[in-house]
Amino acid sequence: MAAIELRDVVKTFGPITAVDGLDLEVPEGICLGLLGPNGAGKSTTMRLLTGQAIADSGELRVLGHELPAEAKTARGQMGVVPQLDNLDVDVTVEDNLAIFARLYRVPDVGAAVEKALDIARLRERRRDAVDELSGGMRRRLLLARGLVHEPRLILLDEPTVGLDPQIRTELWTLIGDLKSHGTTILMSTHYIEEAERLADEVAVMHQGRIISRGRPVELIAEHAGRFTAEVYGPPHRLAEARAEAEAQGLSVRPAGPAIAIVGSERTDGLVPDDAVVRAASLEDVFVLLTGEEAD
Amino acid sequence: MEAATHAAPAPRRLRRLEPAAVVGVMSREVANFRTYWKGTTFSSVLEPIVYLLAFGLGLSATLVDEVNGVPYIEFVGTGMVATAVIFSSALPAMFGTFVKHRFQNTYDAILAAPVDVEELVSAEMLWIAIRSGTYGCIPLLVTIAFGLDPAWGMLLTPLFCFVTALGFSGFGVAMAATVAKIDQFNYVTALFVTPLFLVAGTFFPIEGLPEGVQVVAQFNPLHQLVELVRGGAFGFEWEDLLRFAFLAGFATITWRVAIHQMRKRLID
Repeated sequence: MAAIELRDVVKTFGPITAVDGLDLEVPEGICLGLLGPNGAGKSTTMRLLTGQAIADSGELRVLGHELPAEAKTARGQMGVVPQLDNLDVDVTVEDNLAIFARLYRVPDVGAAVEKALDIARLRERRRDAVDELSGGMRRRLLLARGLVHEPRLILLDEPTVGLDPQIRTELWTLIGDLKSHGTTILMSTHYIEEAERLADEVAVMHQGRIISRGRPVELIAEHAGRFTAEVYGPPHRLAEARAEAEAQGLSVRPAGPAIAIVGSERTDGLVPDDAVVRAASLEDVFVLLTGEEAD
Repeated sequence: MEAATHAAPAPRRLRRLEPAAVVGVMSREVANFRTYWKGTTFSSVLEPIVYLLAFGLGLSATLVDEVNGVPYIEFVGTGMVATAVIFSSALPAMFGTFVKHRFQNTYDAILAAPVDVEELVSAEMLWIAIRSGTYGCIPLLVTIAFGLDPAWGMLLTPLFCFVTALGFSGFGVAMAATVAKIDQFNYVTALFVTPLFLVAGTFFPIEGLPEGVQVVAQFNPLHQLVELVRGGAFGFEWEDLLRFAFLAGFATITWRVAIHQMRKRLID
């Protein structure tokens, strides 16, 4: 059974179509990265899965439960880590966890809190109010709160957005541990590195639908080939290099001060000598498919 | 990291208004209340004392000796219960709900758990009503300290306050779910809260008002609460059953309206 099944789901907000005929299936036990630029429909998809948004049409099933009719039962078996910190800041770390253990009807609240404190590595800070914690600690607590009932499925909505690199790495380790224990994870992100590092499969979302999906290496091979050549130089030189590559049917994208010729192994010797050739990346795929610059 | 065992038994289908969900949401309120109860309690005790000193002792010493055979300080003191109830229910419900929804994203967190809007609103209203039902009794206790004779009927005051506060908390939650900006509470306060508070019969008997206003005052839940509290202190009448039924109806209506409005606000 798939943990998540969405069929032809549409969600509009007035004139805006946030989710546009979305088909998505997430098998149990994998980490699927939902990768897309801002406004792609990732957060709306997450809200549809928790029943906090109701689809205009389409079929949604989470852990075998039809949504929205059985959304509450489905939520009991999934954990959600939101994009925005919504911890109770005046309340202690352990009370934050205990409140959610009760909301999830955990039979042994005390044991669940102890386990979650270990996950968050906040045992020594358990009696501190949340507003005394650092940003990284708060984020770990937010993750542990979503796991306090040992869910079968966890939704991570941009789990590391706005965090500094060190805290991001810490969280990646925690999420990696979670993966290794077999929890199904749906993680929305617009960070390429995050998807590449954590996701077994990546679904690229753009304008409310999935436009490509596969393991990162498969997506790279399918859309970007083996190598990407980055050409640096003054604007007229970049324009010439772009024109030559496009004449050969190759994809070219801006890459900061350079242009990136994707699939440069197929250029038949036209790559300039001073170009920097590197392995093709998921970022190349992302930019080619969505037309948006990656973070 | 500890292993996620996933050994939970097959989940039962969750029903409407599950007590566990309501208690869970209330436990969050209790945890937060523990961080600010001292300030709330201080102002709840001090305010009726100040009012009684200003209105009760001040006016009774100069202008009004008694109303309908009741010493003015006792008349005001029993009426102040209603004032305490509306200010400890409608206002926290309005501002608290708005802040939790718009600024703290608290409801997003709660609704991501197996809790629905009906349970969330019910829990919020229940908690405010319990708190307000308790704090609403303080003016009565203060008035006893000022000389009001205790009566058995006063034991029903927490119940009267609870039911009235339930209604006003529903009103506050519904308003919080309806306004677009926090500033718009000024309209709510000026158009509803202040008139209800002034035409409740707290400071003067409504019998002295024009007949039309007297009729309108009968639909003021605070007036019915004032009459019930005075009934508890000075003797009930059979109409008090109708007054209580009115308050129960008010609470039921605002409960359903609050759920409806919050559902519109919270579920896209």
